[in-house]
Amino acid sequence: MSTLLSVRDLRVGFGRAPEDNEVVKGVSFELAAGKTLAIVGESGSGKSVTALSVNRLVDFGGGRITGGSIALYRPDGTAVDITAADEPALQRIRGREIGMIFQEPMTSLNPVHTVGAQIEEAFRLNRGLVGAAATRAARDALERVRIPDAAQRLKYYPHQLSGGMRQRVMIAMVLASNPRLLIADEPTTALDVTVQAQIMALLAELRQELDMAMIFITHDIGLVAGIADDIMVMQHGVAVEQGALDAVLDDPRHDYTRHLLQAVPHFNAGSAVRSDGTARNAAPIVTVDNLAVRFPVTRGPFRRKTGAVHAVDGVDFDLRPGETLAIVGESGSGKSTTARAILGLVKATRGRIEAKAGRSGRPVQMVFQDPYASLNPRLDVEALLAEPAIAAGQRLDATLRARMVFLLERVGLTREALPRYPHQFSGGQRQRLCIARALMLNPDVVVLDEAVSALDVSVQARVLDLLIDLQREFGLAYLFISHDMAVVERIAHRVAVMYAGQIVEIGQAAAVLGAPQHSYTRRLIAAVPAIERRRQHFTVDVTQVPSLVRPLGFEPPAAKWREAGEDHRVRVEESA
Amino acid sequence: MDLLKVVLRHPSGRIGAAIILIFLVLAGLGAVGLTPHDPLKQFVVDRLKPPSLTYWFGTDLLGRDTFSRLMLGISESFIVAFASVAVAATAGTIIGLFAAWWGHLWDGVLMRTMDVLLAFPAILLALLIVAIEGAGMVTSIVAIGIVYTPIFARVVRAPALAIKGREFVEAARTFGSSQGYILTRHLLLNLVAPLTVQITLALAWALLTESGLSFLGLGTQPPAPSLGVMLAESKSMMTRAPWLMIFPGLTIMLAILGFNLLGDALRDILDPRTQGRGA
Amino acid sequence: MNYLTQRLLTFPLVLLGVSLLVFFAIRLVPGDAIIAMLGTEAGLLTDAQRASLEAYFGLDQPIIVQYGRWLAGLFEGNLGISVTYGKPVLEVILARFPLTLELSLLSMLISLAVGIPAGVFAATRADRPSDLLVRLFAMLGQSTPSFVVGLVLIYFLSVTFRMLPAMGSFTPLFEDPIGNLSQMLLPSITLGLSFAAAVTRISRSAMLDVLSDDYVRTARSKGASQRDVVWKHALPNALIPVVTLSGVEFGYLLGGAVIVEQIFALPGLGRLTLDAISQRDYPLVQGAVLFIAFNFLVVNLLVDLAYAALDPRIRLGGK
Repeated sequence: MSTLLSVRDLRVGFGRAPEDNEVVKGVSFELAAGKTLAIVGESGSGKSVTALSVNRLVDFGGGRITGGSIALYRPDGTAVDITAADEPALQRIRGREIGMIFQEPMTSLNPVHTVGAQIEEAFRLNRGLVGAAATRAARDALERVRIPDAAQRLKYYPHQLSGGMRQRVMIAMVLASNPRLLIADEPTTALDVTVQAQIMALLAELRQELDMAMIFITHDIGLVAGIADDIMVMQHGVAVEQGALDAVLDDPRHDYTRHLLQAVPHFNAGSAVRSDGTARNAAPIVTVDNLAVRFPVTRGPFRRKTGAVHAVDGVDFDLRPGETLAIVGESGSGKSTTARAILGLVKATRGRIEAKAGRSGRPVQMVFQDPYASLNPRLDVEALLAEPAIAAGQRLDATLRARMVFLLERVGLTREALPRYPHQFSGGQRQRLCIARALMLNPDVVVLDEAVSALDVSVQARVLDLLIDLQREFGLAYLFISHDMAVVERIAHRVAVMYAGQIVEIGQAAAVLGAPQHSYTRRLIAAVPAIERRRQHFTVDVTQVPSLVRPLGFEPPAAKWREAGEDHRVRVEESA
Repeated sequence: MDLLKVVLRHPSGRIGAAIILIFLVLAGLGAVGLTPHDPLKQFVVDRLKPPSLTYWFGTDLLGRDTFSRLMLGISESFIVAFASVAVAATAGTIIGLFAAWWGHLWDGVLMRTMDVLLAFPAILLALLIVAIEGAGMVTSIVAIGIVYTPIFARVVRAPALAIKGREFVEAARTFGSSQGYILTRHLLLNLVAPLTVQITLALAWALLTESGLSFLGLGTQPPAPSLGVMLAESKSMMTRAPWLMIFPGLTIMLAILGFNLLGDALRDILDPRTQGRGA
Repeated sequence: MNYLTQRLLTFPLVLLGVSLLVFFAIRLVPGDAIIAMLGTEAGLLTDAQRASLEAYFGLDQPIIVQYGRWLAGLFEGNLGISVTYGKPVLEVILARFPLTLELSLLSMLISLAVGIPAGVFAATRADRPSDLLVRLFAMLGQSTPSFVVGLVLIYFLSVTFRMLPAMGSFTPLFEDPIGNLSQMLLPSITLGLSFAAAVTRISRSAMLDVLSDDYVRTARSKGASQRDVVWKHALPNALIPVVTLSGVEFGYLLGGAVIVEQIFALPGLGRLTLDAISQRDYPLVQGAVLFIAFNFLVVNLLVDLAYAALDPRIRLGGK
């Protein structure tokens, strides 16, 4: 196997004095032609910067290579030193020999050019095709990446496509020149799990077909298990461990690698669920009965109602005291809307939500997804924690402050936090503040809307442990909204799966996750990356999410359920 | 204040703040009458003298000392500028805030009214108001204040809408926080940043407009000197006594420049994208 | 289509608001229309003569009726008769409009031709000496009132060339191009340079924003050259805020740049309105202000159409 890329002691820094501000501190690796290297790390590890250095895109973001060498080997045996190459040479290499796909498909495509124009540009730059030849090539590229109605889609603009489709367009652009190396920088992080699986399958297939080498950047070590030959784990700018995939995953030497493998939540198909659930027949603390939330769709200048988006349609469930019910689903499933309806942030079109008045006037509190946006940046922690109490009519006095300190300590912070402002805390710490704030009024139920999704994986693990402790200590019931099955498995007693605004399966976590009955649940679970599934053959499937827009007055057919075990109900599916 | 320190570290901020400080000092001295010569006194013997040690910026047709007149003129202009921006900022913020908060019908009504005001070219609206009330300092304040109110309303409305949709406002609603609490602690506090930038830029614009109004003879009335009036008077003697045009012109320019520089620095510093997104 | 129809509906509403505002505001101006017309001779009128004059001009009716009649007249294209000129208001306005239009177009042209390239240039050399120089000039330009620029230009003209710019009555473009342009040159440069500063600054900042956007990085990763990146990818996106600013500029200019007209003694719309206000010529003031506001709103609408042309997200709506 010939070497394609050889990186020796790479150092990259930012700012006016890059040597003093190094983000990558001496990284070395080799990549053979046709092989895949996965670079795994959390934020701040330097993995993206390493990737962006290989094609010197880092120069445009204010970075500079301060040391080391990057050698790109050509099939004829000659080598190019990327670190010393000039801009014209680099322009020829970019696209033609090294292609790249990025994390955010939404912003990575030019909003004012059609998708077709952007793909044709890739063909023009790298293969010299123009006019009708370029258009044909673009259409073929779209078909290669399994986009239906390719000829039509060429005329679409990026904002008219879904995230998954945009990512396919990016891949189509890269394929234009048949590069020998593809750098994929977290290409699926912003996508739904099932869409992620589709993209991974596509990448695996194309890599095979074109014998392309790949550098795959991610924070999800389970994801690379299916695609990588070698793996490099990075932390704080250095590679702490690297080697063949099996060697590193089966026998991790470094503490950090072990931490990523063991401490971080991984999906185990239902075998790692909690066993401390509440009694089955306890009276529910929250009852949701036939909940529907519909948003009107209007047309024309007079806002005539032509239909409605059925975000949530006919949802029933109970939440028992002290237990965690997880609602899982992908974007558009209606899980967040359900949570918002329970808290009154969104008006329910129909249905009944009952929360038993418990220890205080407001028995249900919420923790939101974005730790940066859920705390007012201009208020100090004391004011932030005091707000719910003040809203409930309490006064900011010594008793209240004592409670604040009590809760701060319970969530792992100290009283020193009180005079500080949110920007002085990390993401995980801010989320802890939000949890403390939610507990100020001694609620019975806490709704956690993707509360750990925005955190780094190791931080996630710690916050989940905290939540479990608090649940036991204060007897809280959790409604845990998430798209991440690994996290759900860790914290849930019962699981409800939502798809297209309806619950399709609900029951004990072990049952739903271990022996899923509904086809969607099965598809969802099959798509979850897991370490055990090494180099698994991903099946490519192009099922699209159904539209939630229905004509006026449309009523979904009554749900039919079947029992699949004790406390395990499945919605009966229509035969196609 | 931390903000002051950060502003002073910024190159434009430093220069802008320095300029404004100098002008404020001059304005203050001018207002209380601590000028080298009496600004209104006519030294008939020394008419149209070029700059010298006695008359730092020379004298005009009636023998009045240009420098002293400038000091008084600066204080007049600054009073009008600050007062009118205070009016516009208060009125505009309230309107923009409530348009964003109440939304729907009120938003439409309030912002259409602002559109009507905006459809009037600024100078003409100011002219109309001046014609109604008669020229003078107070009228200038009212006129410029009314003209700039819709701009503040627009500038406040967009960020207010954005903040309204942020999670911490949603959280406040889940606690049951009162509307007043949300409007003040959550919305207004976070509007301080864009407001500060806009106020500084509005001050620059107000100075510009005020000088324009007095140039047309519609602002502060003679014999009270105003930067615009001095420029208007200088036109006929441009070739004979260019200093009568140069110094007032430079003064206006520098004053406006000071506020523009400060506004720019503030905008850079308070840009939400560079806002503290901690570790 | 929702977006556009919404904009088209608010247009007449705002215009109505403007008409109301100007109608009632001008009547707040102290001073009687009759006195303004006749001056001291108004004191010599008998009551009967005054009453018949008032009836002729419809000034004896209740205000609401006067407004209604005026509004009705508008629909027929009749803005009333100017008291000062004794001619239909529309005619008086349209006689002055070509000058203002030409001045506006020339100034806009100059400001865009200077400002956009300067801004793009500065953005591509960000933080280097050439960038700082451009920013300095732009900052100075934006801080200088247009009349100061005008006065300085006149000064240089009179000192270096020992001549004053042609002033007085306006020579239409098609009758005498050279004469016309020599008259318009200085005023358009005055206004054009003032606005060029703002255009430079906004072009620069929009370009800088766009150059750091993700899709520019994608273009580079495809191997696009710097020239492609700047002109094909970045500029179309960066033009959007420039279009807004230009629209506001143009609308303002169409309202007659009063001060510049004053300095260069140009008989444009701005001075017309200014004089009309001081002469209490109600119909002329109402008509002129309405006309100016109409132009401003039309320009706004054109700007919105330009957005739709530039940005497909607005044109086609979201997903």
